Amino acid sequence: MAKLQSSFKNMLLSLTLIALVAAAALAGVYMLTKDPIAAAMTEKQQSAIMQVLPEVEGDIRIAEAEESNGVTLYKAYVGEEWIGTAVEASTEGNQNMPFGGTFRLMVGFNNVGDVVRYVVLEQAETPGLGALMSTWFCNPDKPKSNILGKNPATTNFSVSKDGGDVDAITASTITSRAFLEVVVKAYNGIAQQPMPIEATSGATQLTTEEGGQQ
Amino acid sequence: MKNKALNTVLNGILRENPVFALVLGMCPTLATTTSAINGMSMGLATTFVLICSNVVISLLKNLIPDKVRIPAFIVVIATFVTMVQLLMQAFLPAIYEVLGLFIPLIVVNCIVLGRAEAFAAKNTVGLSALDGLGMGLGFTLALTLIGAVRELLGTGSLFGMNLYSETYGMLIFVLAPGAFIVLGYLMALVQKLLKK
Repeated sequence: MAKLQSSFKNMLLSLTLIALVAAAALAGVYMLTKDPIAAAMTEKQQSAIMQVLPEVEGDIRIAEAEESNGVTLYKAYVGEEWIGTAVEASTEGNQNMPFGGTFRLMVGFNNVGDVVRYVVLEQAETPGLGALMSTWFCNPDKPKSNILGKNPATTNFSVSKDGGDVDAITASTITSRAFLEVVVKAYNGIAQQPMPIEATSGATQLTTEEGGQQ
Repeated sequence: MKNKALNTVLNGILRENPVFALVLGMCPTLATTTSAINGMSMGLATTFVLICSNVVISLLKNLIPDKVRIPAFIVVIATFVTMVQLLMQAFLPAIYEVLGLFIPLIVVNCIVLGRAEAFAAKNTVGLSALDGLGMGLGFTLALTLIGAVRELLGTGSLFGMNLYSETYGMLIFVLAPGAFIVLGYLMALVQKLLKK
């Protein structure tokens, strides 16, 4: 078959045809992947909730999700006892933050407000730099950058460059600031809740006193 | 014919390696090679797009008028890249999390458009597929090699396995300057070996 000449009609037909076939192919792949993508997201969220909660004996029951202060709370109980809360928080809606990207975290707090663990649900940071947030702030070998076991009420959750108590990811100070702000936002979510307020405030004082005695 | 097919594949891997010889696709080469596995994943995703786009463009070459060939090629390439992105997100979410940012950039990777224009638009479907395979493997090998060197020198690991303490790693190799340094030295080494 001879090559089509570059006449207006040929160019229009050729591009239209290619665009239509491409759109149909993409629609097909979208339909094929829609459910697995949604399932993967839900599975990740559910597994993140269980990962960040305190390890306790007995069956953990997760209460209905609640919205509070721009974050989503998943309160966890063993029997009737409240053991902690998994909080889903993101950078969305933070107007004052100099950070330009978006990421979502699941942060777990125990019933006194200490950070138990966290999982990065979604991020688009540079590999090797900002993307290190998933491991940087939970490394037990680096106590100055490790936030696990610390309470935002008693520890200054800002990077050390800003006078805080947490070391930023090397060469990713802005991402680190955004990360810590999201953790504090998650903590403020549980602090706004009627039940955790009593538990947290009392326990926070206890933690401070314990810390002072040590 | 067999020789021609083999030459087409080997050409992309060695003599006309996209990174070390043609110096194409530098953006993903420098940005994604912070570790060997990242480099390899990016290379394999690009290989898939290269093979598919080369095949389709070779099939359609007589149906695409010359004056609109670039937009037509870009639509074909972008379609395959979006497919890779959706498939990765659905079935390889862990790798997608790391590479998600760079996958859409395959659309503007010079290697893909370059091979479509220079090879697939002038050759048969079979040879175009082999050219895509050769170029893709050459790109994958180059990215894996650069990623391995940067990971080893920067973090003391190789493919995620810790070989020595991270404390002794030279951070500069994980950062952008390290990418340029490693690329430069490896390019010189490969050119010297190829000339022998």
